[in-house]
Amino acid sequence: MEIFAHLMDGFLLAFEPLNLGLVIAGVILGMFIGAMPGLGSVNGVAILLPMTYLVPPTSAVIFLGAIYYGAMYGGAISSIMLGIPGASTAVATTFDGRPMALKGEADRALVAAATASFVGGSISVVLFTLFAPPLAHVALAFSAPEEFALMLLAFATFVGLGGDDIPKTFFSIFIGLVFSAVGLDIISGEPRLIFMDLPGFFHGINFLVLAIGIYGIGEMLWTIETTKGNMKISQANITVRRIWEALVSLKSGIKTMVMGSFLGYFVGILPAAGATPGALMAYGVAKGMSKDPDSFGKGNVNGVLAPESANNAASTGSMLPMLTLGIPGSPTTAILLGGMVIWGLDPGPMLFVEHKEFVWGLIASLYAANFFAVLINLAFIPAFLWVLRMPFTILAPVIFVLCIIGGYAPTQDMHDVWLMLIFGIVGYLMRKLDYPMAPAVLAIVLGPLAETSMRQSLLMSSGSFDIFFFRPISGVIMVIAIILLILPMLHSFNRMMRHRASRWPL
Amino acid sequence: MRRAELIMAAVMAAFSLYLMWKSAELPIGWIPGEGPGGGAFPFWLAVGMLVCCVLIIVRWFRRADEPARSEDPYMDRHTMVLFAIVAGSLTVTIGLIEVVGVYIAIPLFLAFYMRVMGRHRWIITGSIAAFTPVTLFFFFEIALKITLPKGVTEPLFYPLYSMFL
Amino acid sequence: MLSIFTKFAKGLAVASVAAMVPFAASAEWTPKKPIDFIIMAGKGGGADKMARLMQSVIQKNNMSPMPLTPINKSGGTGAEALIHLKQKTGDDHTIMVTLNSFYTTPMRQSGLGVDVMTFTPIGRMAEDTFLLWVKSDSGINNVDEFVAAVKAKKDGEWLMGGTGSGSEDNILTDYLNATYGLKIKYIPYKGGGDVAKALAGGHIQSTVNNPSEQDGFFKAGTTKPLAAFTDERLAMYPDAPTFKELGKDFSYFMQRSVVGAPGMSAEAAAYYQKLFADVYKTTEWQEYKAKKSLQGEFLTGDGLKSYWAKAIKTHEGLLK
Repeated sequence: MEIFAHLMDGFLLAFEPLNLGLVIAGVILGMFIGAMPGLGSVNGVAILLPMTYLVPPTSAVIFLGAIYYGAMYGGAISSIMLGIPGASTAVATTFDGRPMALKGEADRALVAAATASFVGGSISVVLFTLFAPPLAHVALAFSAPEEFALMLLAFATFVGLGGDDIPKTFFSIFIGLVFSAVGLDIISGEPRLIFMDLPGFFHGINFLVLAIGIYGIGEMLWTIETTKGNMKISQANITVRRIWEALVSLKSGIKTMVMGSFLGYFVGILPAAGATPGALMAYGVAKGMSKDPDSFGKGNVNGVLAPESANNAASTGSMLPMLTLGIPGSPTTAILLGGMVIWGLDPGPMLFVEHKEFVWGLIASLYAANFFAVLINLAFIPAFLWVLRMPFTILAPVIFVLCIIGGYAPTQDMHDVWLMLIFGIVGYLMRKLDYPMAPAVLAIVLGPLAETSMRQSLLMSSGSFDIFFFRPISGVIMVIAIILLILPMLHSFNRMMRHRASRWPL
Repeated sequence: MRRAELIMAAVMAAFSLYLMWKSAELPIGWIPGEGPGGGAFPFWLAVGMLVCCVLIIVRWFRRADEPARSEDPYMDRHTMVLFAIVAGSLTVTIGLIEVVGVYIAIPLFLAFYMRVMGRHRWIITGSIAAFTPVTLFFFFEIALKITLPKGVTEPLFYPLYSMFL
Repeated sequence: MLSIFTKFAKGLAVASVAAMVPFAASAEWTPKKPIDFIIMAGKGGGADKMARLMQSVIQKNNMSPMPLTPINKSGGTGAEALIHLKQKTGDDHTIMVTLNSFYTTPMRQSGLGVDVMTFTPIGRMAEDTFLLWVKSDSGINNVDEFVAAVKAKKDGEWLMGGTGSGSEDNILTDYLNATYGLKIKYIPYKGGGDVAKALAGGHIQSTVNNPSEQDGFFKAGTTKPLAAFTDERLAMYPDAPTFKELGKDFSYFMQRSVVGAPGMSAEAAAYYQKLFADVYKTTEWQEYKAKKSLQGEFLTGDGLKSYWAKAIKTHEGLLK
């Protein structure tokens, strides 16, 4: 019960006037940073880290926690309203959030995202409080083979995401994976695929460059074509009543949110995984659980609830390896880790012993941030919808400008802006021919993790594949992943054969 | 549509060949005791891309899928004009950013787009074109400390920096 | 948004104070725009943490009129950062935090055409140290037992984890293999934290991590140092002898230095040299140095250049 006492102290701390002010400022600032395509919680936390030197460490943590959660919520806003994921964690949210916005249900999607995030955050804080120390051991047992197995599982839950066109879906996956290999071969330390010897390729192709290119520029070109250059994105009326109704209607999605929270939390705990695979897997599972899987991708509210609850739960989960082992579970926690060093704290196995009050203060402030984030978010929904009601010929150029700046900001390199433009134009031309684009975006996120962990494992085992199957955790995950991979392939192969047989009777 | 399908598949097939050749700069085979070489992963995936392209081309000849059968034009005249204007103005804008920086290029782009595509009144066009760069400056350069490219206009910003930073 | 106003108010306050207090005569050149602070490594790594610490120290103590904006350029084991700096020749607003890939990357990728000796020396802030670590319950207590344990395994079955390929950790593994006639297999990881965790989890058998990367697990009693690659024993690990004590004439350090673009004006170089000399003297930096077992005094100008020249010679020998 000592834990709860610490947690309560943390809450009391979070409600002191200075800290409360910081939480609200942090959430609002974080929300705008997250809603900007290209900027996510990583940038928010990294940029504002030095500023936290001006206040005491506990307030600093609270401020950063608020920015973190604000940015996570903001990411969902740009996914839903613009169809551009602000960060990799919000990719899965675009799949159904965007169609909902196009149907005129942007307000429902935004309410769903905010609620799901809150549920995810709440469940994960409870899980964290109850099981933190034993779960640290699970994280320790996780090594390269387990990571690879997990990546395979993430891919497996996503096989069905592409269209029905099998060669084009696989083409999309393959090209995404090849692009993910650009830059550095971590095992040999050699640069690879440095096209035309441009130094900009040394840092690889950032996921955001592809995502903003395809979902930003490409999607806008597509919209301009289909609407002949003039349209209104959303016709949604905003009334308090509609928001309330949207909230009430989420009752049916409770199961999805709980599933997403648990899945997200446990995937988030695993070092190196972070919130992105968690959100993707939650989307895949929600689709699998659904009675009506075909409605996913066309604006099913469960397709927003699952990834949003998962990515928030995973953000809390990824604090666990950071605090107990000193290993960041996501890029954002990597920066937070740096912050802790600046404040004179040593993340690692001793932190729970030496700085108990800090750990629980952090968790409590994350929870407080989460609470305020949902309130502030709901309050801002009308403002966001008002933006969507502007004429498209004003909105479109502003979105293009955001894309350009968003492509530039993460690396501060014009090379990435050009690359983004090329991806956008080529992606649009390919999309017209029914090449699905989502698999490429997912592949570029998961590819580097998958390749590195596979090759590390093979180095460890001197080239034997046994290592993936004869370790208890990775063995189990591998078997599940392989079953999930083979099932839909058999299914679609069957369908294809039948289809073909019907068209060309022998 | 039919012709575009074939051209795209052929271009992508050529691109996968280029990727294969580029990947082969590092070992693409199996290194005993170590696993696959540094080029293996992209190389074999590029082979996969090539196989997909070949399948698409084969299908094209058998007219087995939608775009390969469709005789609709890939882009009608109107779409072509829209696409050319938008993609062209974006390219010019990004090119201009390299030379004169975002604070000149972006207002020009906004004004161009809103006047030509939207036919909005000058008052709306002008105020958005003026308001956006100011917001960008305060949000990115002052609040977030991300310096945006300014090209030759950089010295003009020195007084602003000393005022706000 | 809040921050804009506080910054603005602070800026006014600073400006009015500055107007009253005449500047010291030496401070002629001051930066006119935000300073690009290139980090030759990825976000969250050792170099990144140190760079952000320096940035925070400068900001907290109001040491520079313009802020430092950290930009991570980790691509190609630092190749991207080196090329970027070279392209910025003559620029007075670009400086970089660097480590030993400063020497090794141009050697390993000769196509880069970067001569690091042309870069402007600003300051060596510290030297990081390396130790040989094993798990506490491995039953190994000293280097002799370590050598025996490695030899008892089949070739390639003893795994050493380290950060990146061709890196400092890799060099030290090669050194151990060559000196003691071992066949340790080196597994590259993304960061020192991952390496430390892999050792604690028993997935690898040894590491040559920096104290800052491994110390948490040492305090928790999970891992222990066998020997240090330093000249003298480290105060934090008095039981770990140096390799010099064990009869090998070898020590190895990682520089934590700040360099400027080649051809930077002498006035700007003098400004940054003074700035980082002041950072070095702050209590924050000194505390950090002590806590992370960092060594090395502040070096600048020609002293730093001759230090680089010596280190390049050493690395040419090691990489052969």
